[in-house]
Amino acid sequence: MTALIKIENVSFSYGGAIVLQDIQLDINQGEFLGLVGPNAGGKSTLLKLMLGLIKPSRGKVSLFGKSPKVGRARVGYCPQYTQFSRNFPITVEEVVLLGRLGKARILGRYSKHDREIALAAMRSTEVDIIKNSNITDLSGGQLQRVLIARALACEPEVLILDEPTANIDQRVEVDIFQLLKKFNEQMTIIVVSHDIGFISEYVTRVACLNRTLVCHETSELTGDSIEELYGSHINMIDHHH
Amino acid sequence: MEFLSAISEQSFLCYALVAGLLASIGCGIVGTYVVVRNIGYLAGGIAHAVLGGMGIAYFLGQPPIGGAIITALLAALLIGWVSMKWQQTEDSLIGALWAVGMAVGIIFISKTPGYNADLMSYLFGNILLVSKADLMLMAGLDLVILLCVGLFYKQFQAVTFDEEFARLRGVHAEFYYLLLLCLVALTVVLLIRVVGLILVIALLTLPAAIARQYFGTLFKIMCLAIIVGGALTISGLAISYQQDLPSGATIILVAGAVFFISTVVTNFLRTVIARRQ
Repeated sequence: MTALIKIENVSFSYGGAIVLQDIQLDINQGEFLGLVGPNAGGKSTLLKLMLGLIKPSRGKVSLFGKSPKVGRARVGYCPQYTQFSRNFPITVEEVVLLGRLGKARILGRYSKHDREIALAAMRSTEVDIIKNSNITDLSGGQLQRVLIARALACEPEVLILDEPTANIDQRVEVDIFQLLKKFNEQMTIIVVSHDIGFISEYVTRVACLNRTLVCHETSELTGDSIEELYGSHINMIDHHH
Repeated sequence: MEFLSAISEQSFLCYALVAGLLASIGCGIVGTYVVVRNIGYLAGGIAHAVLGGMGIAYFLGQPPIGGAIITALLAALLIGWVSMKWQQTEDSLIGALWAVGMAVGIIFISKTPGYNADLMSYLFGNILLVSKADLMLMAGLDLVILLCVGLFYKQFQAVTFDEEFARLRGVHAEFYYLLLLCLVALTVVLLIRVVGLILVIALLTLPAAIARQYFGTLFKIMCLAIIVGGALTISGLAISYQQDLPSGATIILVAGAVFFISTVVTNFLRTVIARRQ
């Protein structure tokens, strides 16, 4: 199997503080990778490095064998929705259509083809019925589905989601992960979460990140011991430093 | 109405009316971006810095409006660059450019021999002095604005809504941000004749802010903002003519009053609807 995303000996520091140290991670086609770890453990930073939004201080990141700035065209990204203002005057359909940028023509309006793909993306996350609603009027769960639809409208081979279920009640959280599980049949998924106990039911591999990174196959983890392992794991890292 | 009959008789009133409508197009479209992106202060900085260029052009005996266009674009690029590179100190740098631009303008105008009647009309506008050439220039600026926004509507929407995502999709966010600021600069020039550069910021933001209270997409807000802007300038003009008041200031007061009333009414309606649910 060839790795779609290769992270080789990557370190990143910000203002003198080391955020990530010697990260080594290969992500293969068809994986459903859960990226977990405490707050400020470097999860979002690692995503930004993968997407080429920031450059590593040391080491190399490649997407599809190319630099992140080139390879990211084939990646669908779903940010935390604190990234933008929820008061912005924009409808659900308009948000999803933004996923077509880069594939749509540069000048003028979106084509019929773009609109069809956006509609299909909205159908698959069940937001097509609210496509004319303004994002201000949506619940947290609905907005998250809209953002996933926008990422799908990019027709991605890899879907990257940053805390897709933060600020969402548990029932909706289950819905969203079942949706992702379905998408995983067609694409590779990387999801950042702070809740390892919950995501281990869905993901194929867990990467624990707290400045350094340790991976576990989900089969290695057993139900009750997950929380404990996660806890002791953090302690272990603390002992090292 | 005395005002209506006066329009058909006096060509300067007719020109003023057309100028008001032309200004509304630019400020409705560009003002919408200024309002949703919260860059009112930045637009104010560009507007005031323009006096520097007008003053220099005036001193050199060139048409001040040409100086205005050049300085507006330079100020837009400089401020845009500053706001991208030095986000922490953006506020004070814009403030500095704002004041320095005005100071340069005042010094050059004061050193220009002769009577400086024009200074007041740059600062506070005089829509009644609009010439046919001014109208042609305003129509041209509107055309540039319409063309840019028509062609790059998608990109402007993406960059103002979620810059990071836009960048990930291969949109050159910096380029479109600077282009948007250049459009703000052109709109400022468009409005100088109507309300003057001190009051520009009100006409740039108020029609769009009013329209924002009623609609939830950029396109609809732009359309309503153009209509509201047109109605505000015409009614302000009519009142200033009939009461013999300065036109620019009257237009702004009308706009401010409508914005205030609209805010109170929409908030009231929202509470009523919320209670019923």
